[in-house]
Amino acid sequence: MDKRTTEREAVAEIRDGMTIGFGGWGSRRKPMSIVREILRSPVKDLTVVTYGGPEVGLLCNAGKVKRLVYGFVSLDSIPLEPHFRKARQSGSIEAAELDEGMLQWGLLAASLRLPFLPTRAGLGSDVLEINPHLRLVKSPYDDGEELVAMPALELDIAFIHMNRGDVRGNGQYLGPDPYFDELYCRAAKRRFMTVEKILKTEDMAAEGPLQSRIINRTMVDGVIEAPGGAHFTECPPDYGRDEAFQRSYAATAKDEDAWLEFKKTYLDLENEAEYQAQVKQAKKS
Amino acid sequence: MSEATRGEICAVANADAFRGDGEILASCFGTAPAIGARLAKATFEPDLLMTDGICTIVDVPNPVSGPGHDLLVEAWLPFRTIFDHLWNGKRHVIMAASQIDRFGNQNFACIGDHAKPKAQLLGMRGAPGNTISHKTSYWVPNQTARVFVEKVDVVSGVGYDRAAELNEATTQGFELGRVISNLAVYDFETPDHAMRLRTLHPGVTLEDLLENTSFPLVIDDESNIPETRLPSAEELRLIREQIDPECMLGREVAN
Repeated sequence: MDKRTTEREAVAEIRDGMTIGFGGWGSRRKPMSIVREILRSPVKDLTVVTYGGPEVGLLCNAGKVKRLVYGFVSLDSIPLEPHFRKARQSGSIEAAELDEGMLQWGLLAASLRLPFLPTRAGLGSDVLEINPHLRLVKSPYDDGEELVAMPALELDIAFIHMNRGDVRGNGQYLGPDPYFDELYCRAAKRRFMTVEKILKTEDMAAEGPLQSRIINRTMVDGVIEAPGGAHFTECPPDYGRDEAFQRSYAATAKDEDAWLEFKKTYLDLENEAEYQAQVKQAKKS
Repeated sequence: MSEATRGEICAVANADAFRGDGEILASCFGTAPAIGARLAKATFEPDLLMTDGICTIVDVPNPVSGPGHDLLVEAWLPFRTIFDHLWNGKRHVIMAASQIDRFGNQNFACIGDHAKPKAQLLGMRGAPGNTISHKTSYWVPNQTARVFVEKVDVVSGVGYDRAAELNEATTQGFELGRVISNLAVYDFETPDHAMRLRTLHPGVTLEDLLENTSFPLVIDDESNIPETRLPSAEELRLIREQIDPECMLGREVAN
């Protein structure tokens, strides 16, 4: 079994109007090589479900996003994602803003193939006003409590980035936190996993403990070897966040010329290899 | 030792917000709460749990400026289980508030209409789930009339008036502790849980305070408003030598 593919082939499966999800959290272990490929594609009107980081700013900036389902969008070391803020303040995206835990609940419901999961999160807050599609459900037991029925967040395609994987689609994270990547995979009809390094299955045990092997091959349709694929977000222990790069990306939100320069240098490229070469080049100079 | 700064008084007020909490996770937004929680743990609340800000619970927290020495890891708490912990209730968070009203409804999501905000801020983050699940306090490093508002633009954290409309079971974990600002300390210990002035920081006048508040505050006795307590010598030593040697507090609260 060999599920190896490329960013281009994976992104070619996205149709206008689809709902896609990205693993990771904020500016941490994001499948950025996929995001960069989406920017090179003509696809539009996407619904994006994410614990948001720079993928949101980049996709909003490129006019790819119709609707965003999120609890926050942050670059971590820069608390507010400036390109996302710009998109919100111009009213260019529909904002289905949820409590962070509700997002997990929606992904878990989808991954368990349930219509919804009940939660107290959201009750009393304006989450219910902002999201008029959310409904309440009454406990059928004696307590009779009314709860939010967080609907399943079903995804057409999920993209995650792991430290290691094999060609069959088994994946391994080696950093401190698995985030919600398993849930994204189980919530989606099609699942693509970029990895820092593809290994033989038998070599994965030497990389990390058994508990690091969180993605099994039923959860993945395509595997893409993408060294540096999470750049400029962090992907420990392989690399940390490229803070200098992130700062320069963030600064382009307030400077149109700087944005055009950034776009020309890092986004208007043929493929991921050219991007990685540009990043290497910039580090040298 | 020199006199306590306003920031140090605020840090100690934040520490006091954790008094009596026992064995729960103390979480913080901002420097003064981060110092306060460490101070509480080092003195009167030794059983508090704190995280490294990433995904482990650590017994001896790092200085607020970042990892400074070997952390003693107690347990793993990744995002995948954080909401389990929160919704289970064993936590007290001190959150930020871009706006807060007299019943403690809090907003840090955005300013203006949510559909097209004047300023997008943090978003809902975990505020709805936090407030409905466990004890929540707030830290406002720069209290103005635009922060202490009549009505918040968006309710991210639930206040007492909204909680009162919910089922009793729903609000079993709901509790707002203190609101601590650079000017004063407030609580909700009133019959209808409207915000009450608890103590005024030394050097702050009632006029200053009212100028920077857009709603009617409950004040028990205007002629005799208690002052926020000063840090003890030991507390000042801990803050200056161990918890905040780089004096990050000075950057958050003007003296």
